[in-house]
Amino acid sequence: MSAIAQFLGDEKSDRREFLRSALLGTAVAGAALGGFLPLMALAEPRLRPPGAIVEKDFLAACIKCGQCVQVCPVEAIVLADIDEGFGIGTPYIDARDQACDFSCDALQCILACPTGALSHKPSKPEEVRMGLARLDKPDACLARHGLGFKGPARGADYEGLHRYAAVDRWKPIPVADHPYDLPLCDLCVRECPVKGAITLEPMSGDPNDKRRTPVVHPTCVGCGMCEMICPTEPAAIVIDARLGGSAPT
Amino acid sequence: MSRLLDSFAVMFGREPAKPTPGSVSPDAKALFDFKRTPEQAQQRKRFIKEEKLHFKPGNRWRIRRWISIVLVNLLFVLSYQFDIQVVEGALTASRFVGFHMADLNSALQVMLAYKEVVINLVIGTSTVLIVWWLFGGRSFCSWVCPYHLLGELAEMLHLKLAARGWAKDRQLHRGTRTVLYVVFAVLAVVTGYTVFETINPVGILSRAFTYGISLAVLWVAVLLLIEVFYSRRFWCRYMCPIGMTYGVVGAVSPVHVRYSAEACLHEGECRRVCMVPHVLSMTKFGWNQDVRQEIGADCTRCGMCVEVCPTGALKFDIKGVGKLL
Repeated sequence: MSAIAQFLGDEKSDRREFLRSALLGTAVAGAALGGFLPLMALAEPRLRPPGAIVEKDFLAACIKCGQCVQVCPVEAIVLADIDEGFGIGTPYIDARDQACDFSCDALQCILACPTGALSHKPSKPEEVRMGLARLDKPDACLARHGLGFKGPARGADYEGLHRYAAVDRWKPIPVADHPYDLPLCDLCVRECPVKGAITLEPMSGDPNDKRRTPVVHPTCVGCGMCEMICPTEPAAIVIDARLGGSAPT
Repeated sequence: MSRLLDSFAVMFGREPAKPTPGSVSPDAKALFDFKRTPEQAQQRKRFIKEEKLHFKPGNRWRIRRWISIVLVNLLFVLSYQFDIQVVEGALTASRFVGFHMADLNSALQVMLAYKEVVINLVIGTSTVLIVWWLFGGRSFCSWVCPYHLLGELAEMLHLKLAARGWAKDRQLHRGTRTVLYVVFAVLAVVTGYTVFETINPVGILSRAFTYGISLAVLWVAVLLLIEVFYSRRFWCRYMCPIGMTYGVVGAVSPVHVRYSAEACLHEGECRRVCMVPHVLSMTKFGWNQDVRQEIGADCTRCGMCVEVCPTGALKFDIKGVGKLL
């Protein structure tokens, strides 16, 4: 006890200084630990960029520099804010706003990552496993009603980009500048960058039945292109983040 | 060696102490005895009076420093916004013309939390380590860190308010930073999260500049408010683990501020402007162990003391190159 008293000092001002330091030091550490709370409250896991390792490791390994953001040609990757606690500064993709359509061809974000938070294991888009598409609102799906689609997929003021190989092999253009005229809406299949990841299957044995339903196959990488391009509001098809990390095992 | 250990101990929070007679060099002792003679004391008083009339400290180093901070941070922004690709990323990690760089503290947090180190991070950390060993670790603080610049402005405001009695500087124990450093290191290992990065004002500001404003900037505002009204240079002096990482790295750096006791009038102007005045304890009368001596590891090489010293007793110096500027 006397040792503590000696450490604290005999003078009142010394003791005050000690208390102040302890209090403010604890406050700073506490503020940092507050990063736990949003983590626990976050109901749905974020869709991470290609190559992201298992979420828990991802949060540890990511150095929060945003180099992946910088190299993405369609600017699909954005950084989380402090309301996501320990996830502050970590990259994620909001597919509905702007999906990853692999316009870079080479998984640039993975190459940019300095810490291995985005694993080098996937070497081409087909090997990525960031998420998995799911038909969330079957009743909203146009194809399931046998309906076509005409006009820009997401309206005239939608800012998202997509690379249309037929328009320009190298440069993504605004989705709004590329209107469609389809007898049967097949946008999710048409714009899917991974061949065969999603298909439209007949809904009955009747050859005159125009209705088709989207079926997601295990080859789906979860890039979110189908969720982005889906013309219904909200999207009939959505991406669920894969919790096992997006690298192949 | 014991001098270096002392310098570390003072950086970690120990109050600097007057050297024991045994540790003072004969030259320093002789100088001290000479300075103590009544004629010398008289002369010092005269010089000080003179100097109060004529000497006006300039702003040279401050201007250079501000240009450096603005330029470095601007390069980050321009590299992304205008795609000039000089330094891509944020201050936590980046590529400088394609070459990996990683902030030592952020890299350490990642290594402790993730417990795996990829080669790119080793490259990035090594380059930065060498750079800041050369320039003196905490040079990062006053020549690159954007928070330092904001903190300096907050400090100016604080001093103005304090002069009017509207704010008061409440000092903290400098050991707080050491304790926090250990706490954050342990938290990273135990929780597996980079806990400190959540409140790292350097990362928050750097990202906000490049990728756009964020809510997290509010945290930086809180820190600045504390510095303006409650405690002068609160974050940089008592809290920031980044400063301590760089302090350790640059402890034996070639670039340092050198103190020459012959010229010193012991007025203490340097300690009044210094963000880490404990590194200047040798400028007190009778506290220097050598006639010429390097100032402590916690020094940020900001040049404020160099600027404010009327007799040139404090100067930037590069080991082995001799006098600079």
